[in-house]
Amino acid sequence: MSETYQVSSSPHVREKVTTGNIMLYVIIALLPTTLFGIYNFGWRALLLIVVTIATCVISEFVFNIIAKRKQTISDCSAIVTGLLLALNFPSTLPIWEAVIGGFFAIIIVKMVFGGLGQNFMNPALGARCFLLIAFAADMTSFISGTKYDGIASATPLAMIRNEGLSSVNVQDMLLGNTAGTIGETSAIAILIGAIILILFGVIDLKIPGSYIVTFALFMFLFGADRFNINYVVAQLCGGGLMLGAFFMATDYVTSPITPMGKIVFGICCGLLTGIFRCFGANAEGVSFAIILSNLLVPLIEKVTIPRAFGIKKEAKKNE
Amino acid sequence: MNKYLERLYNGIIKENPTFVLMLGMCPTLAVTSSAINGLGMGLSTTVVLVLSNLLISLFRKIIPNGVRMPAFIVIVASLVTIVQFMLQAYIPSLSSALGVYIPLIVVNCIILGRAESYASKNPPVESIFDGLGMGLGFTFGLTCIGLIREILGAGTAFNVVLSELSKGIAIGLLICGLLLICGIGYWIYKHVSPLNIFLETVAIIIALAGLIATLGALYTPITIFIMAPGAFLVLAVLVVVMNLVRARMKEQGEPLAEPTGCLAGNCASCGQAGACQFANEKNEEVDKA
Repeated sequence: MSETYQVSSSPHVREKVTTGNIMLYVIIALLPTTLFGIYNFGWRALLLIVVTIATCVISEFVFNIIAKRKQTISDCSAIVTGLLLALNFPSTLPIWEAVIGGFFAIIIVKMVFGGLGQNFMNPALGARCFLLIAFAADMTSFISGTKYDGIASATPLAMIRNEGLSSVNVQDMLLGNTAGTIGETSAIAILIGAIILILFGVIDLKIPGSYIVTFALFMFLFGADRFNINYVVAQLCGGGLMLGAFFMATDYVTSPITPMGKIVFGICCGLLTGIFRCFGANAEGVSFAIILSNLLVPLIEKVTIPRAFGIKKEAKKNE
Repeated sequence: MNKYLERLYNGIIKENPTFVLMLGMCPTLAVTSSAINGLGMGLSTTVVLVLSNLLISLFRKIIPNGVRMPAFIVIVASLVTIVQFMLQAYIPSLSSALGVYIPLIVVNCIILGRAESYASKNPPVESIFDGLGMGLGFTFGLTCIGLIREILGAGTAFNVVLSELSKGIAIGLLICGLLLICGIGYWIYKHVSPLNIFLETVAIIIALAGLIATLGALYTPITIFIMAPGAFLVLAVLVVVMNLVRARMKEQGEPLAEPTGCLAGNCASCGQAGACQFANEKNEEVDKA
């Protein structure tokens, strides 16, 4: 008996998952989208991505030093926030506005509320909405990618809205040869990333599934071009819906943890996105829909707590 | 110091309603989308505050204690109505910009607070100076916040488009502001007081205006600052700064007046009396008696 036994208290079986690991998987899953964005929009997109990530990491580093907290940049969450935020920029955004965005995402939305795990809304989306209101013109001036190099162009969603369904080509929207933000144009690249996330077990299909199904149903019933499958497909591939559903709505911190709550959350996102896209002032509404649903999360969790095994439902008291 | 000047200093600096006492936050958030609006609101409130302090101080021995609140409200409301009609007649543009916030001066907690805690206990002349000090302090606060928001959010200051200023003035403003920031910063480093913090705020505003005028067309106004969220952002930063100042002044052994969310002394009808230090002290007094 040469083996030595370690005596220790439970737990004995440990999961190898750490925050850093999960964030790494998310970064890997975002790579196809990122690379396609850089291919599509050129060096300017790469510059924006690098600057935004650097701003996020540096802001978190400096904040932790000033506030005398434990250094948290090694969990990679700032990199994910920066990358997601940059994927939400049009490739023409001035650099200093991207820096303000990164700073806002990390300091105001995340660190001030206590860092990762305490933020009440997705930092990247919070910053995107801030920039969208602060620099409305710069955040919505898109250029088309490889197809017409550097020519200002409307996003497919705006074209559907203004000129009707016939003005867009669904195949282009799937591949991503359209105008839009750096990361949202190619539905296929995003789906590859989503499959990676699901295979690694980082996300499950409850939130994105219920989100997309609700949204598709809503568009089928109430959209401008109702009962038309092509219209629904174009709406699904256009704008930030795919990116939002798979990468932003599934953020662990700002989505419910209960299984039922996840579905309710997805339905909320889907309904709000549909309402914003059909009746709102803009053609796009994914980011506002998701951050509004983020705010509802505590409420959703409260009403969807699963019943613990063996505990009977409390009878309603009649008073 | 002369007791009248002391009241003025107290209102503008030591117990500045916006920055130190955190009173009147509703108009502070709502009407400070430009410096002119802030100034107009502040001056309107000052007029009402001076007159209401005077009247309430004159009537302080006649007003029965039990109905003093309604009596104060009647006096303040009459004065506000006069001010509102004057604004509509002579400065209609300001009147329409301030909108419903002019009638809302009636329930402004600074006015009722001063009536309750100062004017109803002190002679008229002191009360006038108290009202003037508090009013000017409020005006200073609103104008500062309005200026910051207007400069950042619209690139203008008092409706002057900054990017159209000549380069000489722009760079002059910037250098002047930076020098002032450094100079006053050194003073603050030596000794913190509300006075040098306020001067530093003014210096920062000058430098900011200079910077944006120098940048000219390179600067895209951050429009969110003239919308509602911008008010919260600016106010949040100010609260952070004032909390730091408060901590520092406690270290120096001269604590600053605490923010009062209530009309001190009216604890019986207050919903938060349980969590309030004032109310607990009062209850102890009652218990002892």
